[in-house]
Amino acid sequence: MLFRHTTNKVADRKALNVNPAKTCQPIGAMYAALGIHGCLPHSHGSQGCCAYHRSTLTRHYKEPVMAGTSSFTEGASVFGGQANLVQAIDNIFTIYDPVVVAVHTTCLSETIGDDITQITAKAKESGKIPEGRYVFHASTPSYVGSHVTGFSSMTKAMVDHFAEKSGKKRRQVNIIPGYVEPSDMEEIKRIAKLMKVPCVVFPDTSNVLNGPQTGKYEMFPRGGVTIEELKTTGDSLGTLGLGKLASGPAARALDTKCKVACQVLDLPIGLKATDRFVDALRNMAGVNVSDDINIERGKLLDVITDMHQYFFGKKVALIGDPDQLISLTEFLVSVDMWPIHIVTGTPGKKFEKRIREITEDIPVPVNVKAGGDMFMWHQWIKNDPVDLMMGNTYVKYISRDEDIPFVRFGFPILDRIGHSYFPTVGYRGGLRILEKILDVLLDRQDRDSPEESFELVM
Amino acid sequence: MSTIHILEERQRQIYQKGKQPFDMICDKVSIAGSVSQRACVFCGSRVVLYPIADALHLVHGPIGCAAYTWDIRGALSSGPQLHRLSFSTDLTETDVIFGGETKLYKALTQLIDEHNPKAAFVYSTCIVGLIGDDVTSVCKKVAKEKGIPVLPVHSEGFKGTKKDGYKAACDALFELIGKGPVDHISPYSINILGEFNIGGEAWIIRDYYERMGIEVVSVMTGDGRVDDAGKSHGAKLNVVQCSGSMTHLALAMEKKYKIPFIRVSYFGIEDMAQALYDTAAHFKENPAIMKNTRELVREEISGMYPQLKKYRTDLEGKKAAIYVGGAFKAFSLIKALKHLGMTTVLVGSQTGSKDDYEILRQMCDEGTVIVDDANPVELSKYLIEKDADLFIGGVKERPIAYKLGVGFCDHNHERKIPLAGFVGMLNFAKEVHATVTSPVWQLTPRRERSY
Ligand code: SF4
Ligand code: SF4
Repeated sequence: MLFRHTTNKVADRKALNVNPAKTCQPIGAMYAALGIHGCLPHSHGSQGCCAYHRSTLTRHYKEPVMAGTSSFTEGASVFGGQANLVQAIDNIFTIYDPVVVAVHTTCLSETIGDDITQITAKAKESGKIPEGRYVFHASTPSYVGSHVTGFSSMTKAMVDHFAEKSGKKRRQVNIIPGYVEPSDMEEIKRIAKLMKVPCVVFPDTSNVLNGPQTGKYEMFPRGGVTIEELKTTGDSLGTLGLGKLASGPAARALDTKCKVACQVLDLPIGLKATDRFVDALRNMAGVNVSDDINIERGKLLDVITDMHQYFFGKKVALIGDPDQLISLTEFLVSVDMWPIHIVTGTPGKKFEKRIREITEDIPVPVNVKAGGDMFMWHQWIKNDPVDLMMGNTYVKYISRDEDIPFVRFGFPILDRIGHSYFPTVGYRGGLRILEKILDVLLDRQDRDSPEESFELVM
Repeated sequence: MSTIHILEERQRQIYQKGKQPFDMICDKVSIAGSVSQRACVFCGSRVVLYPIADALHLVHGPIGCAAYTWDIRGALSSGPQLHRLSFSTDLTETDVIFGGETKLYKALTQLIDEHNPKAAFVYSTCIVGLIGDDVTSVCKKVAKEKGIPVLPVHSEGFKGTKKDGYKAACDALFELIGKGPVDHISPYSINILGEFNIGGEAWIIRDYYERMGIEVVSVMTGDGRVDDAGKSHGAKLNVVQCSGSMTHLALAMEKKYKIPFIRVSYFGIEDMAQALYDTAAHFKENPAIMKNTRELVREEISGMYPQLKKYRTDLEGKKAAIYVGGAFKAFSLIKALKHLGMTTVLVGSQTGSKDDYEILRQMCDEGTVIVDDANPVELSKYLIEKDADLFIGGVKERPIAYKLGVGFCDHNHERKIPLAGFVGMLNFAKEVHATVTSPVWQLTPRRERSY
């Protein structure tokens, strides 16, 4: 009983967070920045933050994760980090030679109040940024929002800094995939390709954080959106932002800056949300939905109907990031499951409202909380047990303690590998989610059923 | 890759034996912009204190610092598991503007009421140092109200390196000492310092000492308990492992409680045996202890030797690279690798001192590269140049090794099996053998054969 210290009594705990269901902004910014080709993320703060972010991403992806740090010392924390950042920029281009350096701040540099725009301008003036190379930044104070906010801000910064409007439209669609896995970004590109829609997906961490074994260590792997592609986003037909929180700000910024019309959709997780994505893409690009896509959809629907008797009335507890949870909850409800405890660590009242709407017809009480933690979620589960839990790796403690089936979903996943390679978005992603859910539910049924009713065919 | 730049400022942090006069500089903060593998002061403190399982560990700061350190070390506890939960004051914008003291007070009192810990540690992170919360006085107040020690750990990340974090942790730990009863403690008694029970290592070491006839008063901090630390001043000797982490505490205890200390390492056959002999030698007024020790060492070694020899046959002549936190561990590893017939072609550490590197230089063969605070580009350059078969490092190094097609052994906190003690040496050999001789490398481009 590793989490035996979880008490049953739910108390109001405003002053603290126990077993967090979120983490801090810079890691999201770092992840987003890695989705630009040839980009070195740079953490403007002290060393520790950067080391932690890199280690956590490395544990999640089992890939090397590179990022520079301004290495603040006491001096920098008193006099500001300007000298550190200018020196860092100089050193980075000398040693590592990236195409672009994406600076994000930390709690420390934010509180000190360093003006990154002015510092980078200064670096440029003094010739520290070579020709054809770039430095841009996002402000990511961790005492606001969560890792999702950081991702969102860095993605928006890409638009602010790079998008250009030449006046000549290009027959392409911008897709901002949201804070999803490299495999998901790959899948989104595949769907667009099947529909014959040329697109720019940004950020794009596929082939950066799920790269092949090549026998070589490449500081800058081959994946990632290029700066040239980013520049053209201002001429696209339109933008699809997937996930309100992670992609909304960037999509809208592009609209404001270059008058590229945008639609912000839910993440395409599950049947209905993927339908909406495919439909929006079709409309925006003026194409027809290809047969291939229809067949994929049909297969997902086939599994849903074939297995629906196992879904009905199963109580589920979900914990993770807002954009993911909204679509996932909708998906589960659509197959007749009952998500009843839903927690995200990221603050935001809209989340609670949206989940309430989606779960309206569930005939049992539903708990939902934005800005909650895993401790509270566990308490809810203790008081009203569920058949299934979905969340990041830390949920495994609760799964073990309470003996409840568990499907890994979200960030971080430190103990399994699938997320890097198999998507959960799109129709195929929906299939994978259902397969995982059925696996654990049916395994449980096999384990628990008495010998006489132990079934071969299910 | 062969033409990578080594920054001028970095050149004196890299040394190749036989190639240049030895004049390494270290102990400096990483230069800005480098992709350093180093962590912060807070990380150091957290590592040292975390294994105290019946204490509350509250991270005072924004959420990240706590989230990233949530149960990532395999420091085992035989009893309470409170240390495996993550507690944070989760500072938000208003706290940063108006100060986080009230929040800290509320969090502490509520948590102490809920969990009844034996003591509480409050870790200050960077931001706390900046906004100037008076953590010490909040701790004092809560300690008084709740009747348990509530100790501030001054671990603001930017105030130095990981080593300074060890120090801050030792300072906090020192406050616990001297509180418990010492009347029944044997005259042949020790504290084990700097052993964190990763994979159950403290249990192995403790067992050795007990078989020698020595009482272990406390382990600091592996499988640690507040009460054990409280009576640790009753021990007659401090046995300190590892270069950096707990020497500071040993010195403080020597000064205040007149407890002498010796430095040991539990990795590898020689160092392990030496550790036990050195400890036994301290209690020479009881000859039985030395006798027991000899028997123990003989028994343990003869039990493992045949197996070790088998591994050695396969590993003879293979090349290893080492990049670890403290240099002291590197010493032991080089020796242990020699036992397996392997040579060390690259060795580096995050926190070594100049003296440490001098010792490394003497231990190594001609041509061995020695680095301080290396970055991934440097590490991979030398791994390939030196054609290493094995890389020993931590979490950030593992994927680099694998991308290159080099075997890997985690000698940091993510390892699951004990590598300390005699049995640990055998485990180590087994792990090294498994990865170095794994057929998977033959599938990779670097070692591809026609098959
Ligand atoms: S200080 Fe801020 S940025 Fe750094 S790890 Fe902590 S929460 Fe994250
Ligand atoms: S904020 Fe400071 S204490 Fe926290 S991780 Fe970053 S460097 Fe370490």
